[in-house]
Amino acid sequence: MKILVCITHVPETTSKIKFKDGKLDSTGVNFVVGPYDDFALSKAIDLQKELKAKVTVLNVGGPETENTIRKALALGADDAIRVNAEPTDSLFVAEQIAAIARKEQYDLILMGRESSDFNGGQVHGMVAELLGMPAIVPCMTMTFEGQTATMTREIEGGKEVISCALPFVAGCQEPIAEWKIANMQGIMQARRKPLAVVEPAPSDVPTEVIAYEMPPERSGCKMIPASDIQELVRLLKEEAKVI
Amino acid sequence: MSVLVFAEVDKGIVKKSSLEAVAYGAAVAQKINAQVAVLVVDDATETTLAALGKFGANKVLHVQDSRLQAKLAAVTAAIITAAAEAESASVVVMPKSSLVDAAAPRIGIRYKATVASNVTELPEIEGDVWSVLRSVYTGKAFAKVKLAGARKILTIKKNAIVPTEGSGTAAVSTFAPSIADGNFELTIQKVEKQTGDILLPEATRVVSAGRGLKGPENWGLIEDLAKTLGAATACSKPVSDMDWRPHHEHVGQTGIKISPDLYIAIGISGAIQHLAGVSSSKVIVVINKDAEAPFFKAADYGIIGDAFDVLPKLNDALKAVV
Repeated sequence: MKILVCITHVPETTSKIKFKDGKLDSTGVNFVVGPYDDFALSKAIDLQKELKAKVTVLNVGGPETENTIRKALALGADDAIRVNAEPTDSLFVAEQIAAIARKEQYDLILMGRESSDFNGGQVHGMVAELLGMPAIVPCMTMTFEGQTATMTREIEGGKEVISCALPFVAGCQEPIAEWKIANMQGIMQARRKPLAVVEPAPSDVPTEVIAYEMPPERSGCKMIPASDIQELVRLLKEEAKVI
Repeated sequence: MSVLVFAEVDKGIVKKSSLEAVAYGAAVAQKINAQVAVLVVDDATETTLAALGKFGANKVLHVQDSRLQAKLAAVTAAIITAAAEAESASVVVMPKSSLVDAAAPRIGIRYKATVASNVTELPEIEGDVWSVLRSVYTGKAFAKVKLAGARKILTIKKNAIVPTEGSGTAAVSTFAPSIADGNFELTIQKVEKQTGDILLPEATRVVSAGRGLKGPENWGLIEDLAKTLGAATACSKPVSDMDWRPHHEHVGQTGIKISPDLYIAIGISGAIQHLAGVSSSKVIVVINKDAEAPFFKAADYGIIGDAFDVLPKLNDALKAVV
């Protein structure tokens, strides 16, 4: 079984986001494997042991993402591919993943339900469509019986239980697997694992970010004494007009 | 030329997020001088569908084939693509939902359209080049994104537009596309869904609690307050991790992202991961006994107090006014 895990290289969740010259100001920002991708990667590592699968990690990004890719290798992925291009558009990224998947014929393609930077949530569905595969998003659990997986998918107010035969694409979220922590041996081995760099396949780039804006700041918190609940109710009704 | 809107119906009622999508579609149609066609796949009465005219729909295409109501992403994508082709739609507008999230990227490829998800405002339009505002960095920023191509697909974040009810009736007709078998590869074995309560992503008001509630047995206080307000209930990540509440109630970075008019957080400290899921709420009320809880800094109204003392009093006070 061959598993491809697509990871993003994103600011760690607690990072302060600010922009400079129309781009993310990365000064002092710690970049990590995307939190949803981490669930996909952790599931792949579980399947590597359970089903003797080979796990390949893929990232579309510049040379600066290699540290993040090595972190994924340290967790146990067997090898990695970096497509040497800026991941600025969902379709562009999906075309890159699909181009590699057509050559390598993976049985299972995992990724996070969305990236935590652009929050597009498009790439899994586009990859599946380009490859003619089903996609399950957001996938919360996955168990295999032979070539068929039973999964749960979160929906509004509940979940669906879905069965699907390989090959397919899944966009993962908790609690599909426990996050893994790299040990020293893994970190040492990661340095020697193959990381292939390939140039991007030709693709359209139909979207372009032209500016970033910060959300409006809240005007400050009005404190109401616990002894005067009536005042809170009055403010919600008369000032905020939300009840 | 037309604007196609995909609308979802839950228990016979058009979802609020879908009404917003219809209103959004109508506003776009006005800008580009187009007609508004609304596609509905769920069960709904003709009266309900015709009433979408009040929100700007000119016509409604109703799919009544039960095989097509399977809620499979590929099937839904095929139906929407067929409708877009039948209507020569230059844009497909959809409310953000679990089905739409899964179908939108497929429609993008099939209909050769440029997709923008999480759109928060009406587009600026100059010929084929549109620019839209999207929520990015998990609520920490917005990106203005230029969309090229003659066809667009927009998924709309909740509260992007306030639908106003006018007059008008939409012409309802049956839409019966032929859908290739290849779209039915998945099997939904069963659906487990809460019944009766307000769905969290649809809710205008949300009452949410964290570890400060001490245990699942105390959630009656949250449910009572939610009932009084007509609100949905939500929780923090630790609460869902400990199985006090189901995962579909977890709001935050790795849970559901919501943007209600009113968010009341009780016994939640306000870690940055939690704020990521709720920061686009219009009004935030924080009740916490710890005066140092970081959530107060991100709130509009705060009460320092014990949940077990404050909640019953708040519930009584609200009952008198709502």
